[in-house]
Amino acid sequence: MSKTTNQKAWILVIPVIVLVAFNALIPLMTVVNYSVQETFGSNVFFWEGIKWFEEVLNSSRFHESFLRQIFFTGTILAIEIPLGIAVALSMPKKGPWVSVCLVLMALPLLIPWNVVGAMWNIFALPDIGLLGRMINGIGIDYNFTQQPVAAWMTTIAMDVWHWTSLVVLLAYAGLCSIPDAYYQAAKIDGASAWAVFWHIQLPKMKRVLTIAILLRFMDSFMIYTEPFVLTGGGPGNTTTFLSIDLVKIALGQFDLGPAAAMSLIYFFIVLLVCWIFYTLMMRDEAE
Amino acid sequence: MAKITLQNLKHSYLSDPVGTDDYALKQIDAIWEDGSAYALLGPSGCGKTTLLNIISGLLTPSEGQVLFDDQDVTHTPTTERQIAQIFQFPVVYDTMSVFDNLAFPLRNRGVAEDIVKARVKEVANMLDLENSLKQRAAGLTADGKQKISLGRGLVREDVNVIMFDEPLTVIDPHLKWQLRSKLKELHQKIARTMIYVTHDQTEALTFADHVVVMYDGKVVQVGTPVDLFERPAHTFVGHFIGSPGMNILPCELSEGASYFAGNRLLINCSKLPENGSKNLELGVRPEFVEFDEDGFPVEIVKVDDLGRHQIVVARHENNIIKMIVGEGEPIPSENPRISFSPEHTRLYKNSWVVD
Amino acid sequence: MGIKLNQVTKRVGAETHIYETDLTLEEGGFNVLLGTTLSGKTTLMRLMAGLEVPSSGEIWFEGSNVTGVPVQKREVAMVYQAFINYPSFSVFDNIASPLRVARRPDAEIRKRVGEIAELLKLSPMLDRLPAELSGGQQQRTALARALVKNAPLVLLDEPLANLDYKLREELRDDLPKLFSDTGATVVYATSEPQEALMLGGHTATLSEGRVTQYGRTADIFRKPNTLVSARVFSDPPINTTVVHKKGERFELNENIQWAVAEKYAGLADGSYTLGIHPHHLTLGSVREDSIAISGLVQVAEISGSESIVHVDVAGNSWVSETQGIHPFVVGESTNLQMQVDRCLYFGEDGGLVAS
Repeated sequence: MSKTTNQKAWILVIPVIVLVAFNALIPLMTVVNYSVQETFGSNVFFWEGIKWFEEVLNSSRFHESFLRQIFFTGTILAIEIPLGIAVALSMPKKGPWVSVCLVLMALPLLIPWNVVGAMWNIFALPDIGLLGRMINGIGIDYNFTQQPVAAWMTTIAMDVWHWTSLVVLLAYAGLCSIPDAYYQAAKIDGASAWAVFWHIQLPKMKRVLTIAILLRFMDSFMIYTEPFVLTGGGPGNTTTFLSIDLVKIALGQFDLGPAAAMSLIYFFIVLLVCWIFYTLMMRDEAE
Repeated sequence: MAKITLQNLKHSYLSDPVGTDDYALKQIDAIWEDGSAYALLGPSGCGKTTLLNIISGLLTPSEGQVLFDDQDVTHTPTTERQIAQIFQFPVVYDTMSVFDNLAFPLRNRGVAEDIVKARVKEVANMLDLENSLKQRAAGLTADGKQKISLGRGLVREDVNVIMFDEPLTVIDPHLKWQLRSKLKELHQKIARTMIYVTHDQTEALTFADHVVVMYDGKVVQVGTPVDLFERPAHTFVGHFIGSPGMNILPCELSEGASYFAGNRLLINCSKLPENGSKNLELGVRPEFVEFDEDGFPVEIVKVDDLGRHQIVVARHENNIIKMIVGEGEPIPSENPRISFSPEHTRLYKNSWVVD
Repeated sequence: MGIKLNQVTKRVGAETHIYETDLTLEEGGFNVLLGTTLSGKTTLMRLMAGLEVPSSGEIWFEGSNVTGVPVQKREVAMVYQAFINYPSFSVFDNIASPLRVARRPDAEIRKRVGEIAELLKLSPMLDRLPAELSGGQQQRTALARALVKNAPLVLLDEPLANLDYKLREELRDDLPKLFSDTGATVVYATSEPQEALMLGGHTATLSEGRVTQYGRTADIFRKPNTLVSARVFSDPPINTTVVHKKGERFELNENIQWAVAEKYAGLADGSYTLGIHPHHLTLGSVREDSIAISGLVQVAEISGSESIVHVDVAGNSWVSETQGIHPFVVGESTNLQMQVDRCLYFGEDGGLVAS
């Protein structure tokens, strides 16, 4: 339905356009500018065309960090989504405990990311950390600064600790919006608890879960601060994810051209996945 | 199928009820016959949904028993009561097809697949759903979904009672009468005990053989539609059934006759209470008030032309009397006088009818 | 002067919501827009309010052209089907809000709110929050806010649709009077013909984006100008069938024929569509002005004061409406009394030719 036509409304939109231009379009254009040129500083540029893009796409270094990234995101999604749903299902629906649970769940989300990294770093140190000492204490040789597997486990544990709450809160909101009549009808139809979950709770949570997966995908795909503080991308390059690698190329080696090309490729991957999610969600809504 | 007996039923939502005001259900005793259609009719907050939830087992009453065929089920969980319920908002399992929705209650109970198929087909035929069995249930309109909810109740042969909680709330007005008559037809076909909760008199009177009128946590009358119209047992029934409702007017008795504002009236009451009784009222439906030169004088306040008939609002002293006058019938402009049909004028004491 | 729509149309994309409409609603009148869902009632109201700008045409209000003037700059009050109040304001503050916006002095606000609350029976709950009120009280609060604003144009979009029918009945009685005292032009949208009749005033019937007729409510109920208007304005639906006029007789089929009454004598011989309202097709006592048509009872629906019976007459379903509540047995044969002098005859183009 159309609203009252009023040209003055455009004036109100201008600040947003300006803001978006400054914090998205202009930086992005700068990156595009770098990605097709070679520079040795002092504002001297040479045109390179798509050379950097070819180089990045063909480099095994990019392939490795990309695969690491995919593996990391896949793993934390596979853990956090089911775990989040399970926790949400076990939370009380009413009564005084609701607010207690909600506050507890929100706590990890309130901690700054670098603090999370630092916390887990100290927590997991094999010599002085509580976790590290405990694991070693039960006879497992554990040192995340030295062993790739331990580093991975610790990074994943940290992310699960930090972000499962978000999934819980979203899933819980979805659960609370299911009318009582559905549960009553299911009782009357003699449905088992599993059938109630599968045919009522899960379908009704679908929308919020899609949002949860999308958010967790984007965040984990672009994860930087926490693993950087925890492991610094090591040992070796074993926990060097895309963003960490990008920073290494751009600020460590000052290869601005390849770094710019890589960030654009990175950006398009995220954009593509978001678009897929968006279409899926819209298609569901149309049904 | 079962006879339902409610004994001494009371319910309060408070953990520690004190006075009667704390009870949502004050005192219910009833026996509902096997295979009949009952409607629980009353305004919002009268306790009808509470009563329904007690019968279905979603709520345990504070006091009293619920019996299915003389077997106490007061503390039996819903799943084991073998009931079906249709809610205000249609409940369908979105991910399943219409067929799977209808089959769900049977499959949950481990019924063999060929029997499931036969039963679903039969029920789909009854509800005119046979052409949409393969469709996804989520894509259906509100009335289609409501039919599925009903169908899930009908597929089971062991159902004791089918209950409806204002099932037509979200149905378009022009489809309401179709579903209403469909329900009635179904009941006549399968003769199961059905209980229908509503605040809509048309739904209740159309559907039920016996209408249970509830008011303020109590049952005020159980009767056929004709009973409720012709002989309301309580002034509330007179007011609630019929549009406009019954005229309720003050009454005094003296010398074995009834008087309304000083006018002696003949009424339908074989045993008048003693002279000087308090809290007496007369009830007469607007249908049974007419212009009559031998009646008592009134002043006409307004006339509403409703097309099919006119509603005349008249005043006698401080009492407002509504009357229904046929289409196009003249309304006396000078010194109008009216009278009540004695056959249809009832006496009420403390709001209850005196026979 | 009231509100005047001058060749107004409304198109959204390729769809036309309102076809060219001319409509003048008199000042201070109570006007009903009657039509089914999607007939264009709400769009028409939004156009009148200034929430929408017409695609073409002009809207005049009290002598000035207000086409394109946004709603904030017009003095309009609107009440919706959903109960819309400020949830964090008490009833008093809710009612007072339009006066506060207009920066009236406190003493005046208290006085006005007090008066309006008294009128709408809200005085005892002025301190409560909307969430603590029943549906009827919430809607009365919304109505009070519309009243207190004293706007010359009041738009009510199915305001009673979400209420229990008894509450609806009471408010319906009060509404026209409440607003007629303020002198405002009132437009009331409804999908229920019964409601239009009870509200009285003037009615515009809408069908698929067109105003098909406008006039005194009871007049257009009795004399719809087309078959379309007749269908919009009848509930239960008007019965229609083809009849042939042959000289002195009307012929429905071999068995059902009757003499042409004097008032229809001017009709040329030929085929017509006969329309007969259900209340002119009664069951029960034989009437002198009627002919008998026999059929089988299909479905009986009972509202509080009428019995609506669907009767199968030679394979066609006819709807009859009889005063009072009567028991009917499905499948039983019965005689319909058709009042032949109340028939409406429509020509080939659907226009009314005789009534």
